[in-house]
Amino acid sequence: MGKVFIAGVGFTKIAEHWDRSLDGLLVEASLKAFDNAGLSEVDSIYVGNALAEALQDQMHLGAAVAEDLGLARIPAFRVEAAEASGAAALYAGFNEVASGRADAVLVVGGEKLSDGLPEEVSSGLMMGGRPYYESFIGADFYSLNALLYRIYCERYGCDNLASFPVMSHAHAEGVAHAQYPFKLSLEKVLSSPFIAEPLRRLEVSGIGDGAAAVILVGERLAGKLKSPLSQLQVASATDRLNPFDRESPLRFQSVGLAVSLVLRDARLSRNEIGFIELYDATSIMAALCLESSGFADPGKSGELAARGELDLGGSLPCNTFGGLKARGHPLGATALYQIAEAHLQVTDQAGRNQVDSAGAGLAIAIGGVGATAFASIVKRV
Amino acid sequence: MVRVGGVAIRGYGGYVPRYRIRAEEIGRIWGVGAAELPVGEKSVAGPDEDVATMAVEAARMALRRAGIDPRKIGAIHVGSESKPYAVKPTGTIVAEAIGANPSKLAADFEFACKAGTEALSLISGLIQTGIIEYGLAIGADTAQGRPRDALEYTAASGAAAFILGKPDRQAVALIEAWSGYVTDTPDFWRRPFDRYPVHAARFTGAPAYFKHVVGAVKSLLDGDGYSIDEIDYFVFHQPNVKFPLAAAKMLGIPKEKVLPGLLSDKIGNTYSACSLLGLVKVLDQAQPGQKILLASYGSGAGSDAFIIKVLDAILERRDLAPRLDSFLEDKIYIDYATYLKFRGEILRR
Repeated sequence: MGKVFIAGVGFTKIAEHWDRSLDGLLVEASLKAFDNAGLSEVDSIYVGNALAEALQDQMHLGAAVAEDLGLARIPAFRVEAAEASGAAALYAGFNEVASGRADAVLVVGGEKLSDGLPEEVSSGLMMGGRPYYESFIGADFYSLNALLYRIYCERYGCDNLASFPVMSHAHAEGVAHAQYPFKLSLEKVLSSPFIAEPLRRLEVSGIGDGAAAVILVGERLAGKLKSPLSQLQVASATDRLNPFDRESPLRFQSVGLAVSLVLRDARLSRNEIGFIELYDATSIMAALCLESSGFADPGKSGELAARGELDLGGSLPCNTFGGLKARGHPLGATALYQIAEAHLQVTDQAGRNQVDSAGAGLAIAIGGVGATAFASIVKRV
Repeated sequence: MVRVGGVAIRGYGGYVPRYRIRAEEIGRIWGVGAAELPVGEKSVAGPDEDVATMAVEAARMALRRAGIDPRKIGAIHVGSESKPYAVKPTGTIVAEAIGANPSKLAADFEFACKAGTEALSLISGLIQTGIIEYGLAIGADTAQGRPRDALEYTAASGAAAFILGKPDRQAVALIEAWSGYVTDTPDFWRRPFDRYPVHAARFTGAPAYFKHVVGAVKSLLDGDGYSIDEIDYFVFHQPNVKFPLAAAKMLGIPKEKVLPGLLSDKIGNTYSACSLLGLVKVLDQAQPGQKILLASYGSGAGSDAFIIKVLDAILERRDLAPRLDSFLEDKIYIDYATYLKFRGEILRR
């Protein structure tokens, strides 16, 4: 396997883009990434998207994006893994460059959730589960999260989980591409209404539209580019779709395996990871993500958040631009926002969000309630 | 923006049915907590009321204030999305009831919640061109909200009527300017034969209500040089309490200029009557020389904005009919079961 580098990144602001199309967002992010890398051509395109067939009646995004970019000739694919679709596209693009088949690929993820009503988006999220026995009984993504939250509370207590959204919002303050670029107090989180008890509204990421793109290049091309580079490593693992079919619902095996694999491939140990981009679709997901990855003991991650250990100046900064909760969570694009932000960190382009000792960052993306996980390491070169 | 020359409000009337249901009572049924409720309470038409009866109530009050011979009313346009008949104009019933028959024109208008101000603009045109001497513009609704839908908390009942004519010493207010802002924006609609409207959730906010209301108001402020300082009252369409206040904030209008005409917390969203009832409330308290900016909003979507200047005759004419407060304060609270009965939601066969 050859080395794979990130040569450029691009992304849109996450918002309710009422006047934009999914294609338009994908193109904007892609062109920005091309400009950032100083390239105008790639060998292939991988598009990450979760719900285009449900919300846009579109199931051929690969060719569509290639055409929109004036590249209707090269191979182009849409890759899906529910909310982690962007990371699945990254995995595919990484493999193509690492194998030597391609010198450069574009990986772009996009989602336009505002094309659907909230209930359609909620049903769409359940397409990442087992529709015939989860949705069938009325369960949705949030109620499954609430069940995990309850078990967590019974086993460990859950006084500190509401500190995750507070931490994420503090980091998003003033971030231009964030959907919610403002601070949020713990009191406000705890006084927001339950959407599925004990999960509160402000512990859950919102609905937004956006697209993010990265250009991956191999060693041959990397030497010729002037743009700042970072090195990428990606791994993935799976688990049973329904968390309650698993031996331990509070341990995401997929996350644990993917993180171990990517650390092995990158030849890094956990204490060499300078920051983490967590998949905080909900506060309980953030906790389980951090604990399953082996960076916090079971039941202890909330304490880390409450104590400020996960702040930008803390011992293990997390969600350095606001994470899913505050930067935003446009499903298929989310993982690529994480990668782009990690790239900005390790190339010292993160501005006021820059963390010290950003030698290597870990990004974790989760599809469904832990069924698919991707772990990516973005490393300084 | 259009300068409206020579059109005045001669009489006005606002009617709100007596029945109220608290949003909390509706929330109790569906498990929605107090923090989530868009209004405090809403008005509900009684079992023997509909758009025609409420329009007649409002028109009669407008007539008393105008003090004109009803036979001189040349056009009656009723804006509503809850017409008693799909085919047969409500205006004909109103005309008969107030003694205005035969009138020259009587049609019903539909433009979601701005059908009432649409009637106001078109009657203004008929007066301005001299086609009719007096005209009656009415906005009235017994609005539909599907049980459990967000609209159920706000969809309310009420009517407002305005008799327009040439400005003279009996006129209570002058319509100085008008501006409309209409685009194809499907944020809320109801198909033929459907019982309830559907809406596109958050799409009804920024790209719909705010874009159109702000667009219409700005064209009056920027386009014709009206300034916020010279306007004493701002009346916006009020589908809830939040939206009109947020629109004011976007435009830099002090809250104090909006609150006098803000009724949604007490009666909900009376749809075609909604912003017009806000205008009635302001006319009940404004002083001669003061200026009012009225901006409606209708889904689909559009906004009409008017600059209205209050005239001297308001002082002697406004108490020729009951003020809106007498309807706002005369309340009978009903529970959810009674509400369902009044709304015809209980199937009896």
